[in-house]
Amino acid sequence: MTAVSSVLTFDAVTAILVIPIVAAIFLALLPGYRMTARLNVFTSLLTLLAALSLLVTKRPIPGQYLLVDDLNIVFIVLNSFVGFTTSIFSASYIAHELEIGRLTPANLRFYHAMYQIMMFGMNLAFVSNNIGLMWVAVELATLTTVLMVGIYRTHEALEAAWKYFILGSVGIAFALFGTILVYLAAQPVVGEGYDAMVWTILVDHASAFDPALLNVAFVFLLLGYGTKVGLAPLHAWLPDAHAEGPTPISAVLSGLLLNVALYAVLRFKMLLSANPDALAPGPLMMTMGLASLIFAAFMLYRRRDIKRLFAYSSIEHMGIIVFAFGLGGPIANFAGLLHMVMHSLTKSAIFFAVGHIAQIKGTQRLSAIRGLSETHPGLGWGLLTGVVAIAGLPPAGIFMSEFLIVSSAFAQQPLLAVPLVLGLFLAFGALLLRLTGAVFGQPRGSTAPAEASYVPMYAHLALVLVAGVYLPSELVAWFLHIANLLR
Amino acid sequence: MNGVVFDIAHMLAGSLVLVSMMMLYQDRLYALLNVFALHSLILTLSVAWQAFVQDAPHLYVTAAIALVFKAIVIPVVLHRMIRQLGIHREIETVVGIGPTMLAGIGLVALATVVMLRVTPEADPLAREDLAFALSVLLLGLLIMVTRRNAVSQVVGFMSLENGLVLAATGAKGMPLVVEISVAFSILVAFIVIGVFLFRIRERFDTVDVRALDDFKGRRRK
Repeated sequence: MTAVSSVLTFDAVTAILVIPIVAAIFLALLPGYRMTARLNVFTSLLTLLAALSLLVTKRPIPGQYLLVDDLNIVFIVLNSFVGFTTSIFSASYIAHELEIGRLTPANLRFYHAMYQIMMFGMNLAFVSNNIGLMWVAVELATLTTVLMVGIYRTHEALEAAWKYFILGSVGIAFALFGTILVYLAAQPVVGEGYDAMVWTILVDHASAFDPALLNVAFVFLLLGYGTKVGLAPLHAWLPDAHAEGPTPISAVLSGLLLNVALYAVLRFKMLLSANPDALAPGPLMMTMGLASLIFAAFMLYRRRDIKRLFAYSSIEHMGIIVFAFGLGGPIANFAGLLHMVMHSLTKSAIFFAVGHIAQIKGTQRLSAIRGLSETHPGLGWGLLTGVVAIAGLPPAGIFMSEFLIVSSAFAQQPLLAVPLVLGLFLAFGALLLRLTGAVFGQPRGSTAPAEASYVPMYAHLALVLVAGVYLPSELVAWFLHIANLLR
Repeated sequence: MNGVVFDIAHMLAGSLVLVSMMMLYQDRLYALLNVFALHSLILTLSVAWQAFVQDAPHLYVTAAIALVFKAIVIPVVLHRMIRQLGIHREIETVVGIGPTMLAGIGLVALATVVMLRVTPEADPLAREDLAFALSVLLLGLLIMVTRRNAVSQVVGFMSLENGLVLAATGAKGMPLVVEISVAFSILVAFIVIGVFLFRIRERFDTVDVRALDDFKGRRRK
């Protein structure tokens, strides 16, 4: 029995890595967008099923390269779920892009192959137990998105991709330097070679590492991976990349890639907390988180482009999440984790709506998008629900997680809770101000019927709303367990 | 620690910092590429020396990659690209040479202070290597920030990567993962140069990044 289940588990981990790669090869070679779009959806579904099977099967013993534990299963399942729904959205989105000639069939092959390689990179980053391998995987995922952001080849798209590439590679360079420093800190204790890069071994021995070296390493890692998370002084790539690339990519960037970088930061935070003499990672993360939140909240007011608006909203939410994890403690960690899941689901749902809306109106300018509830009720109400949820109104799940974060901030650091609440209110005001006109107001622009796929959007929104009202106790227990692991 | 072994490693890493400083005051693209080739050549020697000292044959692979790709192929390709595309050969800087050099000196001092202070117990070879590597990394960053041309930004990025290779090879016994990743990033530099320069050229008559910035001014935010 154990032999059978161990074979099964091995398969699940391998499957989430092998399926996307094999699919990428086929997608790069096969012609015809209908079939390849379907193949893309199908493989994403397979990856999701494999990821879900991780929940029930026995986990493999952490090896030199791969690791499955309570923390990363959450990320993997979320990742493949949003990856799957986005592929459905993407299929209807690209059909329209082909029609109006913004993409050619050759572009499309490239696009689909890159989509699967990105999924591979993200899954690999989650399951890797080796900090070097994790770095490679994050870099792979980033580069594929750089290429996809520039796929339209317009002035703006090229500029966005170039900016993303430059800032992203600086981030990646810092992260590698930090990784090397962690290795150097581990080397005298663990010994030379592979062991000194295996995360599970590092955590076990972290208390004996040289604290000064570990501190410097963490600063580099936080700056490096923090660039990818979109934290405040290093966020400049994020709005451009979201606004100029294809909308399915905006959805996965916001919903997934930011999480990958966040996951890396969390892993190293755990490493640092395991060493009593090292500096507490919390204050650094809280500062960066708050700075991102306040900054993004102000920036929301001046946006004229709908995708840019939601890109800034992503910076804001990543700020909140990083703040929550920086605050620490079981409740704040729980809330941070919940907020991350809710944000991924809501933000990608919003981008699904925005993608179709921008296609119908032929522009991303907010002033040109008016009165959607009359002309396109399906999209309009979906967008409104998404915005209400992302702004943190009850009954959506984000309200609950934000409430938990604010209340634990008041309990632990009352002074920091003030800017936190201020930032939340600012962002709330900005989003409602900008979006009420778009949803209600006098209809303007094209009223052509939408050939939209509503299922992914409403599925995400339903999950978020249900989570706000009722969370299964198993899920709560599981998240609390992870929150305790994170410390 | 054998004195001569240490001195040579030290000298090579130090020269790398020096050549990084040289990149800061180049005002012609060809000259910049030549200096970058020199940078990579010194990196090759440094890595090869580390391979010899640490008795780690796999590091010779890294050295070979640095030599073939970074010291020969990439500079030659960029040379040809500049000639064929008729790119401006002057480098436009954001800040003057003088302040840039001063900033460079400041960064090297910063790197040395930070790294030497936090690694008092580490192996002295690795320790000073790290200080030099961080200097090269920061100088590469400075080049990327102070230059407007896309080509010189790419060169800045590659010199930054050279610093990372120096750090990785200085860390004794660091597993092969890093070499794979480094080879990987060379590949990346390659793809990016090809893709981006080609695409930028397709749309603009210049590879001057300011042309992109100008456009931004007209865009609705």
